Order: sequence, then structure tokens, then C-alpha cells
Amino acid sequence: MTGSAIELSRDAPSAARAPMKHTISVLVENTPGILMKVAGLFRRRAYNIHSLAVGVTEQPSVSRMIIVVEGAPEILEQIIKQLNKLIEVVKVNDVTGFNTVDRELALIKLNATPATRMEIMEISNVFRASVVDLTEKTMTLEVTGRSDKIDAIMSLLHKYGIREMVRTGQVTLVRGTQPT
Amino acid sequence: MARQTTPLARAGSAATTKRMTGGQALIECLYRAGVDTIFGHPGGAALPLYDSLYDARAIRHVLVRHEQVAAHAAVGYHRVTGKVGVCMATSGPGATNLVTGITDAMMDSAGIVAITGQVSTHAIGTDAFQEADVMGITTPITKHNGQVQRAAELPRVVLQAFLIAGSGRPGPVLVDIPRDIATAETEFEFPEQITLRSGKIPPAVPSPNQIAAAAALLRQAARPVIYAGGGVITSNAAPELTALARRTRIPVTTTLMGKGGFPETDPLSLGMLGMHGTAYANYAINAADVILAVGVRFDDRVTGRLSDFATGARFIHIDIDPAEIGKNKPAHVPIVGDAKEALRALDAQTPPPDCEPWHRQIAEWKARYPLRYRQTGDTIKPQFAIEQVYRLTDGRAIVVTDVGQHQMWAAQFYLSTEPRTWLTSGGLGAMGFGFPAALGAQIGRPDALVCALLGDGGFQMTLQDLGTAVEWGLPLKLYVLDNGSLGMVRQWQQLFYRERYSHVFLKNPDFAKLAEAYGAVGINVRRVDELEPAVRRSLEVTDRPCVVAITVDPEENCYPMIPSGQSVKEMIVEDDRIRD
Repeated sequence: MTGSAIELSRDAPSAARAPMKHTISVLVENTPGILMKVAGLFRRRAYNIHSLAVGVTEQPSVSRMIIVVEGAPEILEQIIKQLNKLIEVVKVNDVTGFNTVDRELALIKLNATPATRMEIMEISNVFRASVVDLTEKTMTLEVTGRSDKIDAIMSLLHKYGIREMVRTGQVTLVRGTQPT
Repeated sequence: MARQTTPLARAGSAATTKRMTGGQALIECLYRAGVDTIFGHPGGAALPLYDSLYDARAIRHVLVRHEQVAAHAAVGYHRVTGKVGVCMATSGPGATNLVTGITDAMMDSAGIVAITGQVSTHAIGTDAFQEADVMGITTPITKHNGQVQRAAELPRVVLQAFLIAGSGRPGPVLVDIPRDIATAETEFEFPEQITLRSGKIPPAVPSPNQIAAAAALLRQAARPVIYAGGGVITSNAAPELTALARRTRIPVTTTLMGKGGFPETDPLSLGMLGMHGTAYANYAINAADVILAVGVRFDDRVTGRLSDFATGARFIHIDIDPAEIGKNKPAHVPIVGDAKEALRALDAQTPPPDCEPWHRQIAEWKARYPLRYRQTGDTIKPQFAIEQVYRLTDGRAIVVTDVGQHQMWAAQFYLSTEPRTWLTSGGLGAMGFGFPAALGAQIGRPDALVCALLGDGGFQMTLQDLGTAVEWGLPLKLYVLDNGSLGMVRQWQQLFYRERYSHVFLKNPDFAKLAEAYGAVGINVRRVDELEPAVRRSLEVTDRPCVVAITVDPEENCYPMIPSGQSVKEMIVEDDRIRD
């Protein structure tokens, strides 16, 4: 399965060699240092990591990393082969183009006065974001969805003044019975 | 999760479960892994490990004078024996001194295990005395590394290290052992066999379909060439390669690391290819229509500018490491597997292609562009010195080189005929490699004639271990080609930097006196008529190292040469001065 999505992008004449976003799922043994080993392979080929989310899986000894990257497909293919060689790596899968569920969570703390609060609440309702903290001067929203949805709410909230924000990075699972 | 299982080299001397310290458990593991030699240097954090070594009767420890030597010696030992080499150092500076040798092993796929002491677990990360983040430092330069976090896991981590270092594409594995874990006394359980997740050791047997495709391609070839590298040596595939080439009459060029994989004395041999390879090897590979690449990685020193390399060829690429296939050049027939298995299968299916015109063309290139130099007057040409050593040793020595001009001349003029008789630092090109690797080779093969061909620059990076070689009575021959400069750098400055000789000339010691001071035999050679008697004398020394320092022409350049990043079209075949 690994690398099938890369083959697809190679076949498309216009997309060949053009940088494109890839979502890579990496199952790893839960050992210290593995994050550095995985990230190091991307760093060495100067491959840009958009986001990297790590967490434990249904097996306590195994973690899953979801890595969203952008770069030339032939370099990514090389990196995936190198990832497969790491002793602590259980499985690597490029799930780009698969039928997947993709989610990201963001916390956004913005300036909010009694005058702007209702407006922000309206935006928040449209995006099914929830208000998780409220003070005289600030409001903190929690929003979940695909990364582009978070980008969209961000662009609407910008004018109120975003004081701080944090995103988890994308997490992904393949739909249905097929494993990720 | 399927797992692959490998039995151990030796059954343990202890019961499967035994109460002992971490240090003692390490020694037990080394014994079970079949280790008989460790190259190392003790220090604070390694004290408990060394205390356990004090009682180890079945393992000898070679005390080096600098840890870099331990790592290079482990590589030398590995290359000549095929067994995993072992080096050991303390935490911090001991471990950082290993780094060059570990990187060399990584680049040239040498199976070694490096064991490092570490500060106690509670002190890790506090900038404790002699603490270095060895795991962080060695992550990108090892095939695998691991720190023992709990005493109970020590046997598994250590034994797994040996399995990983020696299997598939070999490479360096580092095991970091904190001081408190080495001291802790606990009940250790020693596994009877070691397991690894399946897929981590690539399958040795290649796909029959791919072999058939390769055979079909070779059968129709008009201008075939075999391009053989270090993987042939590693997989002990020299007999299979030689059988295939001789039966099909396909010419063979070997890389710097592949020397010895096919006899260079055979008429089918094209010698080495690449930047300083023979002109005919480079003409042949670039005119080939089918290239059987086996155990190679299309290194830039071989290919030059990739887009201009062998543009008319279709490639069959055999490698045990799938990540090498297609990395630099796309393979038309990729074959993942052991070189020995693949060549054997290929030999059974490949009829000799009909390519007489090709053989005539190659013969013509060989006649027109031989490797040559001109020895005139009293000044010794470095190539002449190497040819003399070749002649006087009957071409039967284990040859170890350092890095630079002399390395390339040695590759050209000391013809290799047997696998595991040519040791050099290829990928990393680490000056200082030669003498320590020769030391390790002589320890691994005590009865063999081991000759190091060194430059004056590289020898001075690690020569302090003459003390070690004398202490062990190693009858090493160290031929130092002394041109009073960093010759390869000087050559590049001459050719590409308008003769602006920036910091390349060396004020050297009297090497013979230096050797004598260490208790070795030392001979200085300045005139051409002194050379043969000196080499003969060195071959008679049997109980200690002999250093023969040979003053050679400081202006000699290494040719042929394909300048960096260029192609065969830009090859400089030989020095203008050589022609009449």
C-alpha cells in the first residue's frame, strides 16, 4: 500500500514533480527518541513538515504519528523507504488520496468586548465552535474540523485581534474497514 | 506483528536466568553474540563495564590511545573477518571521539557495535560531568541506537544490536549504558534467540519474476557492463559474480568499495570506475546499453553529473536495501535481495549475450588509455612505490588505505583479486582511517600480511596508536607516501583554484625516528634505488610494525580524473607531461 498515492501523482503529467501535500501515517514503538529519528529523516532532505500529531493508539506500546508534509514526491518516496528501515517503526502509510476522516483542533483566544461578543458567537455557531473561556476582555474558542475549516474561521476572527492560538495538527484515519 | 528470529552465535556460559550486575550481563551478552575482541578505551562512566571486563577470559580487549582508532579498528576487524566488530568507550568525550568512526561505518555499511558508558540515569540531561547526548548525536549516523533504560532490558538491547548490525545491509549500532545500570545487581534473563519485527531484515531471496526480467534484458544486450560494489563483498558474492561474468563474458567494473569482488587481473575486469577510475571503465559504463548494478548506490564519485551518467543504458539494480533502489537513478529492473542469491539465480538463467564488437571496442580503449605514469630520475613516483609493494607482496596482501591521492593510486595500481583484502574509507572519506583499520584487520587476521598504504597527512591524524600496534606485536607494514602536503587538496587547488595553495603543505617529522621511538621499525626512503630493499626489509619484520616512509614526487597528480559534478566528456585522461 505504501507509496501508491505517490505513484498516482507521478502519473498525472501536470502534477509530476510539483510539490503537493501528503498525509503520512507512521505507527511507531513507544520509545524515547523515536520522534527525533522520524523528524530527522524529513529534516535531512529539507522536507517541509506542515504538522505532526502524535498520540498513543489502542495498543499502549504503539503510537501513531500523522505527518502532513509538502515537497517533491520522489524525495518523499525516499523518506518513506528510510522510515521503513527504522527498527522502531511498525508501519508507514501514505494515505494521501485515500477516503479518510481528517480532523484538527484549535484553541483561539481573541479580544472580545461586550460589544463584539455576540458577533463572535454568531461566527462560532456557524463553525460549530464552542466558547471554552470568557473574561471581560477575552474569549477562547475551541474549533474542530478539517484544517481548511480552521483556516476559514481564523480568517473571519482576525479582525477582532487574536491574542494567542494553538492547533493540534491534523489527525487522520482511513474510513471503513481498511486500516490506516 | 510477525517477527523474525535468529539464534545466537554461542550458547551462554550461564544459566538462562542469573543474578549479576549490568556490567557482567553485558559481558555475558558479548560472549553469547560470539565476540572475541573489543577495541576500546575506559573512563569514568565506563568503570563498571571495565570492571566486569577484568574477569572476561574469553574476550580480549585492545586498549587504543584514542577512541576514533577503536571505531576504525572495529571496521577493519569486521571487513576482514565478516564478523561484527566491537568498540567501547566511556561517556561524553569517549563517545564523541567515536563519532567519525561510526559515521564511516554507516557510509560504508560496516557492521559494528559501539558500546558507550553513560552517566547515571538520574543525572542524564543535567549537563553532568562527561555527559553528552550520545543518543542525539548518533541518531543520524547509526543504523540503530538504543539506551538501556532499565537493567532488565540490557540483554535484549545488546543482543538485538548485534543482530541489527550484522544483518541485511550491515551498519553501526550504538548501545548506551548508564553507569547505575551497569552497577545494578539484578536477576537477568538471557533470551535463547533474538527477535526483530518482520520486514526489518529484508528478504534475501529475490523475486523470480524480476530475475527473469533481468536475464531477458541481459540476453539481448549488445554492450553490457556489470557495475559491482561493496554489497558483493558484504554478501560474500564474489564467487557468484565471477562465475556469472566469466560464463557470460560480461565485463566487470568495480567501485572503490567493490574492489576484490572480481579479480582485477582477469581480462574481463575494467578496474575501478568513477572520478579516478580507469578511462576504459568510464567509457564502457557510459556507452553501455544494459548495466547490471549490484551492491552499489550510484554514488556521486562514481556517476559524476547524474543526468549525464550512462544515458543510453537500462539498469538492473540488485540491492538488499530497498531504499537504495531508485534513489539516484531509476532502475528498469529493481531486484531487492541478497547479491549472492540474486547472482546465483541470474547465472542459472542468463545465456551469454552476443557482443563481440563490444569486446573489441573495450580492448581498443584498454590499449589506447592504459593507466600509466613515468618513473624517471631519483624522485620516486607514488604510483611506482605502490607497484613495487604490489610486486614484492605478490599482490596477496590485505591492503588498507587512508584517504586522498595515495588511496586512488592504490586502487588503481594494487590490483585486488580476493574479497575482504581491500579496506578503505569510501563514503565518508575519513582521513585517519587507514592505520587504525589496518590494526583491526591484523588483529582479526593475525596470520595475514596486512599492508597499509598511507599519506603523510592521514597517518598523522591517528599515528599515536603505533603504541597499541607495538604493544600487541602486530607485524603491520605501514607505507607512508610522503609528499609533504595534503596531495589531493593541493591537486584541486592547482587545477581548480588557480594554484592558490592555501594551507596544504606539511612540515613532517622524521617518520623513521618516530616509529623507532614507539618501538616499531622505521625506515626512510628518499631515492628510487632505496625503495625495493626497504620494502623487502619491511616484509621480513614479523614481531612488530614497520613504518616505511617514502618521499615521493610532491607534484604528481592523480589521473584519470572526472572533475566533481561533471561527466565522462570532461575526463582528464592523463598528465600532459607524460606524453613525449
